[in-house]
Amino acid sequence: MNTKNADAIIVGAGWAGTIMAKELTEAGLSVILLERGKEHTTAVEGAYPDSIDELRGAVRKRLFQNLAKTTVTIRNTIDQTALPYRQLAAFLPGEGVGGAGLHWSGVHFRADPNDLRLRSAMEERYGKKFIPKDMNLQDYGVTYEELEPFFDKAEKVFGTSGTAYTVKGKVMGDGNVFAPDRSSDFPLPAMKDTFSASTFRKAAKDAGYHPYSLPAANASQPYTNPYGCQMGPCNFCGYCSGYDCYLYSKASPNVNILPALRQDKRFKIIANAHVLRVDLDGSKTKATGVTYLDTTTQKETSLKADLVILSAFQFHNVHLMLLSGIGKPYDPVKNTGTIGRNFVYQTITTSRVWLPENSYTNQFVGAGGVGVAIDDFNSMNFDHGPLGFVGGSPVWVNQAGMKPIAAALGTGGHGTPRWGAGYKDALVDTYKHSLAIDAHGSNMAYRDVYLDLDPTWKDAYGLPLLRMTFTWKDNDIRMNQYVVNKIAPIARAMGATKVSLNHLEFGQPFDTRHYQTTHLGGGAIMGDNPQTSALNRYLQSWDVSNVFVIGSNAFPQGMGYNPTGTVAALAYWSAHHIRTIYLKSPGPMVQA
Amino acid sequence: MSKRHSFSKRTVSLTALRSVGAIAVCLSGIGAALAAPSTPDAALIEKGRYIAAASDCSACHSVQGREEYTGGMAFALPFGTIHSTNITPDPEHGIGAYTEEEFSRAIRRGIRKDGSTLYPAMPYPSYARMTDEDMHALYVYFHNGIAPSAAQPPKNTIPWPLSMRWPLIFWRGIFSPSPEKARKTTQAAYDDMVLARGAYLVEGPGHCGACHSPRGLAMQEKALSTQEGDAYLSGGAAVDGYIPPSLRADDRTGLGRWSEDDIASFLATGRNQKGEAFGSMTPAIMHGTQNLSAADLHAIAHYLHHLGPSRLKEKPWVYDPRVTNELHQGRTTERGAMLYVNNCAACHRTDGAGYPDVFPPLAGNPVIMSADPASLVHIVQSGATLPAMHKAPSALTMPSFEGHLSDQEIADVVTFIRQSWGNNAPPVSRRDVEKLKKTMPPRNLSEGPIPQN
Repeated sequence: MNTKNADAIIVGAGWAGTIMAKELTEAGLSVILLERGKEHTTAVEGAYPDSIDELRGAVRKRLFQNLAKTTVTIRNTIDQTALPYRQLAAFLPGEGVGGAGLHWSGVHFRADPNDLRLRSAMEERYGKKFIPKDMNLQDYGVTYEELEPFFDKAEKVFGTSGTAYTVKGKVMGDGNVFAPDRSSDFPLPAMKDTFSASTFRKAAKDAGYHPYSLPAANASQPYTNPYGCQMGPCNFCGYCSGYDCYLYSKASPNVNILPALRQDKRFKIIANAHVLRVDLDGSKTKATGVTYLDTTTQKETSLKADLVILSAFQFHNVHLMLLSGIGKPYDPVKNTGTIGRNFVYQTITTSRVWLPENSYTNQFVGAGGVGVAIDDFNSMNFDHGPLGFVGGSPVWVNQAGMKPIAAALGTGGHGTPRWGAGYKDALVDTYKHSLAIDAHGSNMAYRDVYLDLDPTWKDAYGLPLLRMTFTWKDNDIRMNQYVVNKIAPIARAMGATKVSLNHLEFGQPFDTRHYQTTHLGGGAIMGDNPQTSALNRYLQSWDVSNVFVIGSNAFPQGMGYNPTGTVAALAYWSAHHIRTIYLKSPGPMVQA
Repeated sequence: MSKRHSFSKRTVSLTALRSVGAIAVCLSGIGAALAAPSTPDAALIEKGRYIAAASDCSACHSVQGREEYTGGMAFALPFGTIHSTNITPDPEHGIGAYTEEEFSRAIRRGIRKDGSTLYPAMPYPSYARMTDEDMHALYVYFHNGIAPSAAQPPKNTIPWPLSMRWPLIFWRGIFSPSPEKARKTTQAAYDDMVLARGAYLVEGPGHCGACHSPRGLAMQEKALSTQEGDAYLSGGAAVDGYIPPSLRADDRTGLGRWSEDDIASFLATGRNQKGEAFGSMTPAIMHGTQNLSAADLHAIAHYLHHLGPSRLKEKPWVYDPRVTNELHQGRTTERGAMLYVNNCAACHRTDGAGYPDVFPPLAGNPVIMSADPASLVHIVQSGATLPAMHKAPSALTMPSFEGHLSDQEIADVVTFIRQSWGNNAPPVSRRDVEKLKKTMPPRNLSEGPIPQN
């Protein structure tokens, strides 16, 4: 008996889920989008001036996952016992309609072509032996050229501001000389430089590097996207990351996609729907739907559909696959299985530079995606031969707006008093005259860094928590130290009166107590080999062909760039092939 | 259920007329049998639906939370509360028993099935212009295009003798033209087909003058068409606390600086480069104009654009950069300037230009420069939400500042806005704000669904 509730069920209402929902409804499918958090409304919670309440926002984590219900456990190494992550700190998964796409900053990159085929590219240039043992370096199975139309589409939907270097092979302007060619320009011109960014731009240029404006999904001008959704321009208020934008300037699923989706009668969104599992048929090769818990009524509901899209946050996708029995769990000892394999992060350290008292960096000014970067030490843009590591870091001044509580908490240490007059002087000096420079680096995948189900800890719904086994490895520490050392001369050229350089130390374990980045990746990666990847090049599960898993979970390694642009492009790429190939003939799109 | 409150005396009378008339047209018949329904073709029903949208029947007869066209919109009057009625084809509770001739007579002449007169809130002096062909389509739509419903609006509470209708016969005789005469006036002297179409839509089904034209002592519209003088569409009295502006070419207080495209995109999406809809114009666009074809919207725009100004002494607005320059130099000594920077400038900018299509400009905006500051003060007090439209899915919201700013602060910031950038409109006092607080429309988002973006 065919009693399906919709043609497709999508789990998670962030960027990936809303893009898939838009694409599938356009293809004529009925879609139910399940979101475990609540609805978010810019008109109410995001209304000025209450929206920019830092205590409610970044401190009390208004838009983030409620760890009292479910979380992850974390350990550094395979011989340790993992413990639950009880307070949000190192990374901040979103919750509610819009997901992390509502609280993100807005840095919107296209992937570097080499990063999408890093193993092949490294081997071609440096030989097979260059790759360290136990580093699971892999290609995505899709190339930049194939993804280009989808990067382009995502930028037009997001209203991305930037300066192109080349369009169709023709040099356009002062863009990133390392950036790949584009089929069209950015939809909006780059955001204006903050004072700190322009100071960095000049110093970097003088040092022989190639500064460029960060591509930002913060609108530099009013914008109406191809779905008819409108954005107001950014005014540099500094409340992007951790907030919903009261100016409708920061791209989000809520502002850029959902207004159009909600007008479609084929589309239905159910909030407060915590998906417990994907239901499979007896053969375990076909999904029949999903079962979710309504967190307001505690009622369990099973929905049936032909197609199931997992588009929750990176590790929630992996968790759901493990809970549902989709694919084979990764075993690092036997080196078998794929679900949980290649769990990756990013290697990011922030250094701070103080300028003379007549230079006002005004740290309260900013926007999440605004800034100036150099890519001279990112990806494969420099000679790794003598350096002995894989990966790299863009280096940038991304003045996103320092909020008052964060500024007060962040001042002190490194020889500065933590209280009294000395503390106050330092606070004022830092707020007015300092700037941050990030080394926003890649993170490689290793055989003993992975995700699996915790044998002990369970969530509020009685299901085993996801366990992270993660620590820093020498390859990435070496990369980080190399790039951070390049910052010092630029800082001096900027006229620094004081520089505090931060880099990772060898042997330093991953510390969950301090914010590093929410750019988690891998765990259910895409690739061309079902032995080493969970998904094929269309992000279709190798094992259950009517399940697609969209997100940074598909990244085989953590790239230096922010992931959202690539997640969005992969979503459009996957959706395009579902529409043009899969729906005509459902089944595996790549033969294993 | 949406409940409208009426405020000034004029508003009361106006809404009273509007709603009571609306009720009257829908009064159920004496139980006459339905004409045997043949199956009318879908195209005719669709045409009727289109004319219903152009005539904005929903404005009074559809209410959030009730079935479409079942009435129930409440109008609180000093002497009682009245409700609009069910106009679905239900023979007992709706208009199912009306023959086409009776239907047409009610709409164009204001005479209901039993021969008594409708309150002229039902804009039959405008509808008088509608063609037989459109009446036919409308009749077919209201009988075959929507589902009958037995839903009954709440009972009116108007005591006798105010509930008597016979005095209205005289009103109708004096102020409502016959369909023949009305059609002649509206279609006279237009060689231009587009202009003729625009005149028909605006003066006829669109009944724009019901709100946007001034009314006389007997609450009659001072002019029902452009042929009847420059008072036509020169601005009306408050509706739900907001002032309908002049739709003529008045430079400061009308549409003098709006292009045809501006007008058409406003009617299609509720927003354009020059401003955004608020108050009862929002539902008029939602239920009505956004459903019209691009050609018809351009015809309306073309027609409005050709109307001359009504206030001949009005000096053209010229942008004055003085305040912008001061704010850019960090000088906020002027009264209200600091309040403006802290509360308004993020969206409307220090140069008052706003962000066209998203956040309306305040510099040179006719709503800001209107002699009566009620619209501006009420928007600041209550906030405003522009809902999603078919062609503009984004809902945009201005928060309510009541409770956040004091009456004095609202007076100061509103005065600052009215006097900056060349606006040069009279100041607003704390007393004005206090008074307007009594007629404050419901706070933003306190009614209807909350837009989710």
